[in-house]
Amino acid sequence: MAVGNNDLSHLTTIEDLENAEFDESSIDFSDIEAKFAVNVPTGFAHVIVVDNVPIVDQAKEEKLFRVIAKLFKEAGAIQPDGIHMPRDPKTGMSKGYLFIEFETPESADKAVVLFSGHRFDKTHTFSVAKFDSVETYTSIPDEFVAPAEETFEPKEHLLSWLTDPRARDQFAMVKGEEVGVYWNNKAEVPDRAEARTHWTDAYVAWSPLGRYLVTVHKQGIAIWGGQSWKKIMRFSHPNVKLVDFSPNELYLVTWSHEPFVTPDGQHHHLAVWDIESGERLRTFPTDPSTMPQPEAQRGGVAGPVRFGWPIFKWSFDSKFIARMTPGAQGAISIYEVPGMGLLDKKSIKIENLQHFEWSPTEHIISYWTPESGNIPARVTLIRIPTREIVRTKNLFGVIDCKLAWQSAGEFLLVRVDRLKSKKQTVTSFEIFRMREKDIPVDVVEHKAGEDISTISWEPSGARFAILGAEAQKTSVSFYQVQPPSTSSANTGTKLLKTQETKGINTVSWSPKGRFCVLAGIRGMQGDLQFWDLDDQSIMATGEHYTCTDIDWDPTGRYVVTSVSAWRAQSDTGFIMWTFTGQQLTKQNVLGFKQFVWRPRPPTLLTPAMQKKIRKNLKDYSKDFELQDAAETNKASQEVQEKRFSQIREWRDFLADNQAKYDQDRTERIKLYGFDPDAKRNAQDIEELEEWIEEIVDETEEVYRGD
Amino acid sequence: MRPILLHGHTRSLTKIKYNSDGDLLFSASKDKSPSVWYSHNGERLGTFEGHGGTVWDLDVSYDSNRLLTGGADGACILWNVSNGKELFRWTTETQNAVRAVAFAEGDRKALYVTDKTMGQSCEIFIVEISENIAQQTSGHLKRIVVQGDRATVALWGKLNKTILTGHSDGTISLWNAETGKLLKSIKPHTKLVQDIQFSKDREFFITASKDQSSLIIDATTLEVMKQYTADCPINSASISPLFPQIMLGGGQDAMNVTTTSARQGKFEVRFFHLVFEEEIGRVKGHFGPINTLAFHPNGKSFASGGEDGFVRLHFFDEDYFSFKFPEELTFEMNSDE
Repeated sequence: MAVGNNDLSHLTTIEDLENAEFDESSIDFSDIEAKFAVNVPTGFAHVIVVDNVPIVDQAKEEKLFRVIAKLFKEAGAIQPDGIHMPRDPKTGMSKGYLFIEFETPESADKAVVLFSGHRFDKTHTFSVAKFDSVETYTSIPDEFVAPAEETFEPKEHLLSWLTDPRARDQFAMVKGEEVGVYWNNKAEVPDRAEARTHWTDAYVAWSPLGRYLVTVHKQGIAIWGGQSWKKIMRFSHPNVKLVDFSPNELYLVTWSHEPFVTPDGQHHHLAVWDIESGERLRTFPTDPSTMPQPEAQRGGVAGPVRFGWPIFKWSFDSKFIARMTPGAQGAISIYEVPGMGLLDKKSIKIENLQHFEWSPTEHIISYWTPESGNIPARVTLIRIPTREIVRTKNLFGVIDCKLAWQSAGEFLLVRVDRLKSKKQTVTSFEIFRMREKDIPVDVVEHKAGEDISTISWEPSGARFAILGAEAQKTSVSFYQVQPPSTSSANTGTKLLKTQETKGINTVSWSPKGRFCVLAGIRGMQGDLQFWDLDDQSIMATGEHYTCTDIDWDPTGRYVVTSVSAWRAQSDTGFIMWTFTGQQLTKQNVLGFKQFVWRPRPPTLLTPAMQKKIRKNLKDYSKDFELQDAAETNKASQEVQEKRFSQIREWRDFLADNQAKYDQDRTERIKLYGFDPDAKRNAQDIEELEEWIEEIVDETEEVYRGD
Repeated sequence: MRPILLHGHTRSLTKIKYNSDGDLLFSASKDKSPSVWYSHNGERLGTFEGHGGTVWDLDVSYDSNRLLTGGADGACILWNVSNGKELFRWTTETQNAVRAVAFAEGDRKALYVTDKTMGQSCEIFIVEISENIAQQTSGHLKRIVVQGDRATVALWGKLNKTILTGHSDGTISLWNAETGKLLKSIKPHTKLVQDIQFSKDREFFITASKDQSSLIIDATTLEVMKQYTADCPINSASISPLFPQIMLGGGQDAMNVTTTSARQGKFEVRFFHLVFEEEIGRVKGHFGPINTLAFHPNGKSFASGGEDGFVRLHFFDEDYFSFKFPEELTFEMNSDE
C-alpha cells in the first residue's frame, strides 16, 4: 500500500491508521530540521576575560568577586559561580585576570563595551575582551609581515573646473530623473559637462568649496568629483535626509530619522564622517523633541530640509564642532575633530541657554540666555578653548533675541524684541563691533510696531537689510554700521533708507556685496527688485511668476530665479538675470527640480594683487570681450547658414507644389465649373457704391440769427 | 490697430472660418447658434437657429451661398447663408454627435464625421449636395468606419481625391475618398489632434495637438517637415496665405486654469516663422484658452475664438508687413540678381 498517493479513504479506524505500514525514512525532513535547529553555543561566546584586576590572595578573593559581580551585573545576568580567577600555585596569589561567564552572549558583548577601559581604582584600569577573541589574538603570527604596498594611482584634480580657459562657472540641475552639471554660457545654451539619470534619489548639493557634488540615496550619500565625475567616496547612512560639510571639506555630518543602534541599545541619528577615509568618526543621538520630522509628515516635499539644521555647528577653521542642549540644563558641547573627543572632557554649562552661533572668523562663540528671576537676559561672547568671557551685555525686558554674524566676523548683530505695552513690541538692534577695543556696542531702535521677518547682512560688508511688516504694509530698511571715527556725530549705526515694498518676503545679497535682490517667493507672486546699495536705488524690477528659489552665482554677476517641481505644479524652469536685473535667458524645463551653482574656493590672490587687477581691469576685460564677440559671432554664423539652407529647401518645396498645382488646373476647373484662381486674380471686379439715404426724423424750427 | 471684439456667443467658441472672399466670418460655439459676421467691422449679420446643442464644426461653400454645420445633437445641417434658413438636415441613426463637417472642392459633395459613443464606432459619411435643394436626398455616397480612436477633425484633400483625418490619440490618417480605403497612417503626436488646416494649395497642412506641438506635414507623403513647440496644449494652428508664417493658439486646459494666473495662462496667439521654426511674436487678448484661429484669405488680418466666448478680429499693423529676418532679405537680394 502506498501512502504517497494520499489515498487514505479506505482506512476506517485509528487502529488501522496506526497499524498501517509507514516508512518514515521516505520523508524529507531537512527543511524542518533546518528551521527549528537549536543554536547550541559551542564556543565561549558568553565568556569574557577581564585583565588588570588587582592581584589578591585567597582571603580577599571573595570580597573582590562580590565587587566584580556587582559591577558587571549591569551588563546582564552572570551564571552562578560564573567568575573564575586563576592563581599561581606557588605563591597563592591571583594572576591579575579573571573570567566571567554570563547567561547570554549578548550580555558578554555589552560588558565588553561598558567596561573596556573602566577605571576600577587608581592603579587598575580594566581591559575587557571576549574569550573567543583571545583565540583570535593568539592565532596572530608573531612575525610581522609587511602588507603589500598598494600601487599609487593618481587621482583627478578636484578643482579642475577652475582652469576653464573662459573662466566659466558650473551649475548642477535636477530635472525629472536626470542630474546634470553644466557650464554657464550666459544667454547661450549651457554646455553639458556631465548628465546621468537617477544620479540622486532626492536632491543634490555642492560641498562648500565646490570640490564635491553630493547625491542623496536610500542607502546613504555619495560624493563625486574630478573631470570624469567618479565616485570619490560613499557614506552608508540608511534613509539619510540631511548633510552638512565642515567649512574645509574634510568632515561631514549626516542625519537620518532611521537611527544607528549602538551596542548598548541607544538610537543615534547623527553621524560625523571623515571624508578622505570614509570612516565614521562618531555617532550622536538627537533630542527627539527637536528632531526634524520624517518626510511623510512634512507633506511629501522631497527637497532639502532646513529646519533646525545644522544641529552641529562648525568653527570657522573646522577644528571644533559644537552642539547645544537648550533649556534649564542647557549646555554647549564642543568636540575636537578628528578625535571627536569632548573638549576638556566637559560641556560648558549654561543655564537656560537659548541659542548659540560661532564667529565666522574666530574661535568665539556667542549665545544668549533669557531673563530668569533677578538675572537679566544676557548676550555673552566666549573664547574657545580657554572659555574666557570676552564680552557680555545685559538686556532688560527681553522677549526674544536673534544672533546674526556678519560673514567676515567684524560685527555681531543681535536683534532684541522687547515688550513696550501689553500688545506692542519694539525691536532694537545691538551691534557688537568685534574689531574695536573692548568691543563697543551700537544700539539702534527700529521703528515701533513693525513685525520683523528677515535680517540679512551684506556679505563682508557693513550694511544689513531688514524686512518688516506693519498692519498690511511691508517695508524694507537698510542700516549701515559707520566706521570708527573720532567725531562722535558719525559713529554708530545709521538707518540708510526705508521703502515700502509690496509682495516681497526675501532678501538675497550678491556674494560680493553691494547688490541685492528683494523677492517675493514661495507663495508670493514672484516680484523681483534689483537694488544697488551704494546709491540705495532700484536698478530694475522683474517678475518670475510662482518663483520658489533665488541663487546668485559665486562671482556675483548672475542671479538665477527658479520654479521647482517640488513646490509648483506648472511652469517649472529658471530665468537667468544679470546682477543689474536684465533677463539673459528663460528656460522652461519639464520636471525641473533644483538649480545649484558650484561654489568657488576663496581666491589665492593677495589683496595687493586683487587691487592691481582692479586697476588694470580694462586690459583684462579686452580679452574677454573679444572672446564673447567671437562666441556670438560663431553662433550667429551657424544660425545664418542653417537658415539659408532652410530657405533653399522650402523654396524648392514650394516650387514643386506650384508645378503640381498648375498641372491640376484643368481638373480643378472641372470640379468648380470655373477657374477659382482666375476669379481671384481678375482685376475686373466691379465695385458698386450705393448711397442709401433714409430720413429718420424731420422737425422744423425757426432760426433766429443775427 | 485695436482688435474688434465680437461678443455674440454666450458660450465658448468651437470653430471660426472666413469665406473664400474674406468678407464674412462664420463662427460656431457651444451655444446653439452659429453666427455670421462682417469681417471688416465685426457687425453680426445673423444667426442660424436649428441646432439643439453644441455646434462642433462648420464649413462654408466656395460661393458663400451655403453653410454646413455639425453639432452634438447628432445633426448635420445645410443652411442658406443669405437668409439663415435651414435647407436640409442629415441626422445620425443613434444621434451620435457630428464632430466635423467639410465641403468638397466644387461644393458638389460634403462629408461629416460622427463621434464614437455608446458602442457606435466613429464614421465618416460622404454625401452628395444637389444644386437644386428640392432634389437633395439624405442618402450617402460612402460610409467609412474608422477603426480605433475617433477622428476629431476631417478635411478633403486636393481635388477631392483623399480625406485627411486627425484622431484623438495623435494619429493622422489619409483615406481614399472614392473607395474609402485607408491609404496611410502616421502617429506624429502623442495626444489628441485638435485642428488641421491646409495651405492655400492643399499640398501641405498644419496640425495642432494637445501634446504642446504643432507640425507642418506634406499632404501627399505625410512626411513631417516642420515642428513648432509651445509650453501649453495647442488647440488651433493656421498658415498665413501671405508670408511664410504660421500662428498657434491654445492655453492651459480650462480645468487647470485656476492653478495659474491670467498672465501665465498662455492665452496668447503665437506667431512662428514657418521655415525657421522660430517664434516671432505674440498677440494677447483672450482671458481663456484659444480654441480656434483663422487667417483672413488676404493674410492682412486674423480672427481668434476663445473659451471665454469672444471672437477677436485683429488687423496687422504696418510694421508687420515689413518684418523680415535678415537672412530672408539677403536671400531675396541674391535671388533677384
